[in-house]
Amino acid sequence: MSLRNMVHCALSLVLTFAGLAGLYLQLNAEFVGFTQILVYVGAVSILIVFAILLTRSTEPKDEPATVTPWVGISVAVGAFLTMALAVLASPVGKRLAAPAPEVSVKTLGQKLMTDYVLPLEVMALLLTAAMLGAVIIAMKDKEGQR
Amino acid sequence: MAELFQAIDQFPVILKHWLMSHAAGVLPEWVLPLLSAALSITPILAVFPLLFALTTVVERKGLGRIQNRIGPNRVGIPLTDIRLYGFGQFIADGIKSLIKEDVVPRAADKVVHFLAPIALLIPVLLTYSVLPFGKNMVPLDLPQTGLLFFFAVGASTELSVFMAGWSSRNKYSLLGAMRAIAQMVSYEIPLILSSLTVVMMAGTLSLTGIVENQATVHFGFLHDWHLFTPWGFVGFCLFLTAAAAEANRTPFDLPEAESEIIAGYFTEYSGFKFAIFFLAEYLGLFAMCGLGITLFLGGWLPPFKFLGFIPSWCWFLGKLVALILLFIWLRGTLPRLRTDQLMGFAWKFLLPMTLINLVVAALWHMSGGAVPVLVRWAVGFVLLAVPYWLLGRGFEVKFTKREYRFAN
Repeated sequence: MSLRNMVHCALSLVLTFAGLAGLYLQLNAEFVGFTQILVYVGAVSILIVFAILLTRSTEPKDEPATVTPWVGISVAVGAFLTMALAVLASPVGKRLAAPAPEVSVKTLGQKLMTDYVLPLEVMALLLTAAMLGAVIIAMKDKEGQR
Repeated sequence: MAELFQAIDQFPVILKHWLMSHAAGVLPEWVLPLLSAALSITPILAVFPLLFALTTVVERKGLGRIQNRIGPNRVGIPLTDIRLYGFGQFIADGIKSLIKEDVVPRAADKVVHFLAPIALLIPVLLTYSVLPFGKNMVPLDLPQTGLLFFFAVGASTELSVFMAGWSSRNKYSLLGAMRAIAQMVSYEIPLILSSLTVVMMAGTLSLTGIVENQATVHFGFLHDWHLFTPWGFVGFCLFLTAAAAEANRTPFDLPEAESEIIAGYFTEYSGFKFAIFFLAEYLGLFAMCGLGITLFLGGWLPPFKFLGFIPSWCWFLGKLVALILLFIWLRGTLPRLRTDQLMGFAWKFLLPMTLINLVVAALWHMSGGAVPVLVRWAVGFVLLAVPYWLLGRGFEVKFTKREYRFAN
């Protein structure tokens, strides 16, 4: 960690989310890419930032970074070069891209309601449970005050 | 005659094709896509900031009239007596903000403080790329994800607001940013859900497709705007309310409530950075209005078929100006809400109403053809009016005692 400020870390993480969305767009997955931006850059990042602000002081500490950035940079460059060489050498790049399927809202909805109905239901249950938990925590706080 | 009208209607498209065909022989091939993009972007960058500049003057004059004042009427052409009814004001304002000192607080986080206005303006400008301004006039037509693109890009402005508020190291800025984010996150849900009805009915996320879905004609003259259905009318009202909150307009302008927290998240910005915040806010409002027009008010379509000779982009701009004037009127009329009222309104009123509206839209779609129109209207009206009354008045009177938290 070369960034000592938690908020800077969070902002860099958001940049990574946006980069991931760009990767999806490169793969012709428009829907997933834009949903990634909507959910991660729009909502999850706000959640992270709020969590940081509400739980700890955001004043940057004066103590120096424990690791010099050069070690990290050299490791990152090395890893990138290895991966780039491996990708360039592999036959994946020469494969022809599959024709992009027509993804309409209708097909998406039908897939969600037939093939992927179980994950959808599980997600719904999980989110409802999380929301109920949040409400209960908030309610207890209020009773304690009175 | 019809061909002449057609030519006026398609004038920007024809001009672009003409320029591109002439450039094709002269410029190298890799420049052409860039040139095409630049030609599409230029009108947006020319028209909407100019509209913003004019809106600032009109808004000040309009608010002045509403409050029994005169408003700015002095600045015209310099060194002459021509006053232009004060419409030179925006040029003076622009020059002023350009030559003003840019003050950055010593404790501020310099990098984030500098990046925040840029990170706010760029997504706002990006949202314009999918709006259809006229027939065949959409800079970036995304047939599968147009609306999603708009919301995805629009959602990333929240983070810029946080960046501005946090990096200023000012409690008012941070308070303003917290308020703004809480408000934007809450009102984004009714905004998206009210647009979802349109997606359900049109069966597409493409904004051009949504406009074309409204092109059918009733009774030989009336275009089938989504506004002219029960779910469309209610959806438009909900959309407009949520859009006002997203754009931080009165009555939802708590994030910059100047009597409580100075100017909210951009308290510590001065000079042209402040102007950029101002610009981004208004451009965001225009983009929201443009989306509302596309979704509910028939986009570039005229209300009546016989008015079709007026160019399509004139209709879009006309509707946009009408909505802007509506927002100015609202700003002059309505008082500001309190934060808890604001949140309560979003979660207890707007959200249930949008959910009910989804059901009404589904019923409207299912009963198409078999059931007479009047019955469909009656059912839609009852299904929407009863919850409206219950949520707005009934529950409040019956189950909650009104408490005056700060007035006692």
